Amino acid sequence: MPDPALKQTPLHDEHVGLGGKMVPYAGFSMPVQYPTGMLKEHQAVRNDAGLFDVSHMGEFEIRGPQALDLVQHLLTNDASRLQVGQAQYTVLTNTDGTILDDCILYRFDDHYMVVVNAGNLTKDRAWFEAASRGFEVEFADRSEAIGLLALQGPKAQAILSRLTDLDLDGIKFYHFADGTVAGVEAVISRTGYTGEDGFELYVPAAEAPQLWRELLSVGEDDGLIPAGLGARDSLRLEVGYPLYGNDLDERHTPLEAGLGWVVKLDKGPFMGRDALLRQKEEGLREKLAGFVLTQKGFPRQGYEIRYQGEPAGEVTSGVLSHSTGQGVGLGYVAIEATRPDTEIEIVIRDRPVPARVVRPPFYKEGSLRR
Amino acid sequence: MVDLPSGLLYTEEHEYLAKTDEEDVYRVGITDYAQGELGDVVYVELPAPGDTLEKGETFGTVEAVKAVSDLYMPVSAEVVQVNEALADDPSLINSDTYGEGWMIAIRVKDLSDLDGLLGTEEYSKHIE
Repeated sequence: MPDPALKQTPLHDEHVGLGGKMVPYAGFSMPVQYPTGMLKEHQAVRNDAGLFDVSHMGEFEIRGPQALDLVQHLLTNDASRLQVGQAQYTVLTNTDGTILDDCILYRFDDHYMVVVNAGNLTKDRAWFEAASRGFEVEFADRSEAIGLLALQGPKAQAILSRLTDLDLDGIKFYHFADGTVAGVEAVISRTGYTGEDGFELYVPAAEAPQLWRELLSVGEDDGLIPAGLGARDSLRLEVGYPLYGNDLDERHTPLEAGLGWVVKLDKGPFMGRDALLRQKEEGLREKLAGFVLTQKGFPRQGYEIRYQGEPAGEVTSGVLSHSTGQGVGLGYVAIEATRPDTEIEIVIRDRPVPARVVRPPFYKEGSLRR
Repeated sequence: MVDLPSGLLYTEEHEYLAKTDEEDVYRVGITDYAQGELGDVVYVELPAPGDTLEKGETFGTVEAVKAVSDLYMPVSAEVVQVNEALADDPSLINSDTYGEGWMIAIRVKDLSDLDGLLGTEEYSKHIE
């Protein structure tokens, strides 16, 4: 029985029709896997291509003479560096510098679009709406009107090119263009969460099912299959991308999360900047570190991390990598244990298993062209 | 559809016992229902041949992508064989749990312990 409290994406019926195993995720009913299984879905994305429904993500539009000022005020990256047609990874911080969300900011010719995590949508909207009052901007939450499909894998471009006249080679990593895909108006963005080359397609919600079916149909001979949240999680973790709610939260700052590269402290004042400057001066006490088990094992969220026999942190995400066969993960670790090659231990059900700190990605063979 | 072969013995912890040519030796694995609930199995930890384990003791763990599950000895027994193929290909548990996906072979200490296990019909009611 469908849970009436859960929201559905425009592709819900497609998932059910394909035999997707639906689970609650961030307030939505989402497919965690299809009958092919997470492992094959993961491998399809690494070797060929996979199609994900990520319509649960939220989209905000900001227009008006002070649109740039608003996003500069709320987000840590420097939006003034964006060209029209370019996107950037960025962080929404609280006044104390902790992470409210991680987002992607798109610059269009007449507005900005901020893509936020579904689980943070309500919270983020409240921040943006409150801040909007102090700026000459129009803020709109377009989340329900927009469907989002992620076509990911080394064959993504070949598959997509059959449904669009757009010059896909002209869209570089973290760039986008407006175009038509299978007759559907779309924002075509070369972005993703898998470590593979690929595209995210923002389309009108009502037309998402048609595009979904067209893509699966033209990609079938190339090995394209639908992929669920399970594969999405193992794919992103193999390349060390953090997930909000696991690796990012309101207890940590972007500096602690290893996201200092999208925190531009010299861009001018922004929310949380003073706290982040202070933390940078005082030095970090803990940091999100990647690790690889040196023995077989499956590290999971919540497992204790030990350094020199003492508790030194906790695993925030872990997986037995499908691609490398090793147990890999992320976790916040006391700063003295975060240098690469530091020997640590992950306590797997009372048994300390040796591990080594490494800088992600754990899987390095991805087709992603930066 | 959950596959529940007749002629096997089952536990409430979703393990099965299958007879072998030797009267007191059984092959143990997890049921089709259990592998379906776990999803893709990526790693199995099993005991060594020669280990003697009491009924209810943990004899290993199955790690799937989203969950980990302990394996419990259905009866007191000696482990006489371990399915080495699972180390290379744990997905055998998903594809053929009652065949190539078996986990260990055990020599049952007291055959009357088997009377306490579930038959096909009882187990199918258990998972309803």
